[in-house]
Amino acid sequence: MFPCPVLFLYSRFIRNTMYLDLAEHLGLIFHLLLKKPDSSCVFVVRKDQDIYIQTLRKLFNESHGIFIGLQRSEEEFAGKSRKTQLVQVSKNYRSVIRACMEDMHQAAVSARDPALHSQYSTQVSILSAMELIWNLCEILFVEAAVAGPLLLRLLDWVRLHVCDVDNMVREVLSSENPSKHELFWNLGNTQTLTEMELKWQHWHEECQRYLQDGTFASNSHMESICKILLGDENAILEKKELMTTWYHFLVTRLLYSHPTVKPMELRFYAQSSMDLFLGGESSPEPLDTILMAAFEFELHQVIKECSIALSNWWFVAHLTDLLDHCKLLQSHNLYFGSNMREFLLLEYASGLFSHYSLWQLGVDYFDHCPEYGRVYLELHIERIPLNTEQKALKVLRICEQRQMHEQVRSICKIMAMKALRNNRLGSALSWSIRAKDAAFATLISDRFLKDYCEKGCFSDLDLIDNLGPSMLLSDRLTFLGKYREFHRLYGEKRFSEAAKLLLMLMTAHIAPCSFWMTLLTDALPLLEQKEVIFSAEQTYELMRCLEDLTAGKSDKQKFQDDDVETMKVEMLRLALARNLARVIVKEGTLEGS
Amino acid sequence: GDWHCTASWKTHSGSVWRVTWAHPEFGQVLASCSFDRTAAVWEEIVGESNDKLRGQSHWVKRTTLVDSRTSVTDVKFAPKHIGLMLATCSADGVVRIYEAPDVMNLSQWSLQHEISCKLSCSCISWNPSSSRAHSPMIAVGSDDNSPNILAKVQIYEYSENTRKYAKAEALMTVTDPVHDIAFAPNLGRSFHILAVATKDVRIFTLKPLRKELTSSGGLTKFEIHIAAQFDNHNSQVWRVSWNITGTVLASSGDDGCVRLWKANYMDNWKCTGILKGNGSPVNGSSQQGIFNASLGSANTSLQNSLNGSSAGRYFFPPLDSPRAGSRWSSHAQLLPPPPLIEHSCDADTANLQYPHPRRRCVSRPLNLLPENEGV
Repeated sequence: MFPCPVLFLYSRFIRNTMYLDLAEHLGLIFHLLLKKPDSSCVFVVRKDQDIYIQTLRKLFNESHGIFIGLQRSEEEFAGKSRKTQLVQVSKNYRSVIRACMEDMHQAAVSARDPALHSQYSTQVSILSAMELIWNLCEILFVEAAVAGPLLLRLLDWVRLHVCDVDNMVREVLSSENPSKHELFWNLGNTQTLTEMELKWQHWHEECQRYLQDGTFASNSHMESICKILLGDENAILEKKELMTTWYHFLVTRLLYSHPTVKPMELRFYAQSSMDLFLGGESSPEPLDTILMAAFEFELHQVIKECSIALSNWWFVAHLTDLLDHCKLLQSHNLYFGSNMREFLLLEYASGLFSHYSLWQLGVDYFDHCPEYGRVYLELHIERIPLNTEQKALKVLRICEQRQMHEQVRSICKIMAMKALRNNRLGSALSWSIRAKDAAFATLISDRFLKDYCEKGCFSDLDLIDNLGPSMLLSDRLTFLGKYREFHRLYGEKRFSEAAKLLLMLMTAHIAPCSFWMTLLTDALPLLEQKEVIFSAEQTYELMRCLEDLTAGKSDKQKFQDDDVETMKVEMLRLALARNLARVIVKEGTLEGS
Repeated sequence: GDWHCTASWKTHSGSVWRVTWAHPEFGQVLASCSFDRTAAVWEEIVGESNDKLRGQSHWVKRTTLVDSRTSVTDVKFAPKHIGLMLATCSADGVVRIYEAPDVMNLSQWSLQHEISCKLSCSCISWNPSSSRAHSPMIAVGSDDNSPNILAKVQIYEYSENTRKYAKAEALMTVTDPVHDIAFAPNLGRSFHILAVATKDVRIFTLKPLRKELTSSGGLTKFEIHIAAQFDNHNSQVWRVSWNITGTVLASSGDDGCVRLWKANYMDNWKCTGILKGNGSPVNGSSQQGIFNASLGSANTSLQNSLNGSSAGRYFFPPLDSPRAGSRWSSHAQLLPPPPLIEHSCDADTANLQYPHPRRRCVSRPLNLLPENEGV
């Protein structure tokens, strides 16, 4: 009946779905750090293992740069130049993915341990899938290729990812009628779509005639090529083993049957291509579902499926942000357009915060989340372990830049407390000053003074000497600063200045009453110099201070005063009296000098 | 980094029920509460440098709070913006709130409030919201076992007028013993989120209504909704705990599992993970590999696995993809889809420079989660 053993979950869970109809995906990766049996109650579970992979560091860092660049890019360009800009951003993201893939591939190749090799290989293929998906999204959504260029782009896309030149195409090019095929490749801007369609139709009919006339009857190979060129699906399917995927099949098919395919027509061909290719034997895999959703221009579906299939938010966060900049999310019929962008960015950035250095990237992502970014940042930044002063200063700078005053105060307070506990008074004081924490500054000043009384010297002189205007933060701090100044003046033998300052500390009530005795005792050496330092008036003041001090004590206190106290008072009275005597004589005889 | 024990000491004369940290602004401070009817406040003392090398730390007791006449079942520090305060609750139903007026002197605590809850208390939670619109608020849970239908969760709020804590709400729908309770961190919301560990996991939202000027001194009235209720543990739920942003809730139960709950931004809560007591995931898959291996494995049935949960079903509407709603559907030209051709094909064996993503993993048989099996 008692509670389960305490489980300490050091986990940053950022996995979830966004949609009403999205069921849960549980392929979560947990990195389990099992402890020794004697401390078997503490298990640390971490969710975002990806951020700890060294080879992915480049991905996170460089994509961060691209992201920031995109946010800051002015929307001064309208229309076509904006689109070009966005396409370039998309290409930049993809090149980062590819660079990462290269690194990962190298790592896989050079890995001796088979488990490690397989791990890296897995990552390579996942990155490859990501690039595949992103590339398709770039074509369909960012560039929004129109009929004509669309097929060209798709061809490039398939080629890039299959790395397997269409053998049939090669054969075609080397065939007897290259000129007939040349125009086929001139699917460029030089011709209008209608012109191109007409030419293609003409060519298509010619091919058909050749086939029917039996021109290729003698060569079954050429015949099947001709059939393929005519877009005969059966013929194309026969060559299935040359094509690795249904989308390769799709593009091939489109190439030979509908090269001027329009974007909105893709979905039909895609669906049937997948059906034909898979032949009802295997069910679509997540990658297939994602690509299909893209061909169907179901943006939200693409993002949703990617969120399920991928284990971290990097991909969907950056892609969605880009699509949002293309203004594609806002017009969707569901009402969470830009909210989704922010949701994904928040999730991604939150994940970064559990990393000892990548958290700095997370800050910038939060900055660009208008609704919840700031509060997320406030909550996360307070939890960053402040192991070193440098880290604390780094965190502080970030907070100060964003006018996060409460966090600044809190962090400084935490650091000040830590320093105080470790008896590093100087550090504690400087943190309090930074926090503008008057109460704490007073407390620490008191400690300094107490230490001085006990040890007879100051610690952290540098700090106190260079307080400057921050001295005014608290009265006690001001006193500390001035008192130290007194000691400095004395050390520099500037006795009359020192004397003046000392007196002022008491008469201006800068010094706390509790400290007056110490101050008066400090006056002793000045009183006993060969030279007369205190003027008559000053001496009277000092005497008055002393009397105030002793008068203030009740009879009981006087009774409790030990001999040392009484002796001190007596000594002071004597010294003051002697000084008075000397100064009267001095002032009496030397007029005005 | 490894975890190792830096201090261990026996002090209470009965079981120690809970420990809690104060905010680091107050230093390294702990509070503990025990069956021995006391609560104690501890401070870490920086020891000799030798100790640091050996990784040992020393804790000294700063104060013992002895006001309770029965077992003290929970102790929690208040949010730092309130000051250095803590609340305790006892088996006899009394909640006590103490304050240390001098944050540098942890030996001086004064009893500021005593609240009688009428039901044996098991847990308390301070509302962490530092918004000026929200007065200090504390939720109290009761594990009273006697057969009654009294509300086992009460909300007390501090009233500026009376300078006292008074009962603002009682969650009437919670009638089973409550083992743990936790307010979520506030993301600048106007309303509060409260998690309750009872025979199931429940998440409530409390929306403050306009403060009514009643004779009890301007207490807030709340509109209470149940945002989620999960019986997946299929047993008593003992602890609930929020993450930093109050977006993920962790719960632990007698089924020996820890479950994680998260809301999408449509405010639908669902389970995002199940862990065994040693932290390993329940479905046992994907232990290795960094990026999720799911791209290569058929996951569709995995997606449905949670639909087996009786309570969760409410939150998982059917998986029909809304194709009709696509903005392109109205523009689609009526091109006839090509005729379907049945064709048997061999497996593809193309060799690629980079392993093709599709070809990487063989789909594994999926272990459906034992959602409805008893533990």
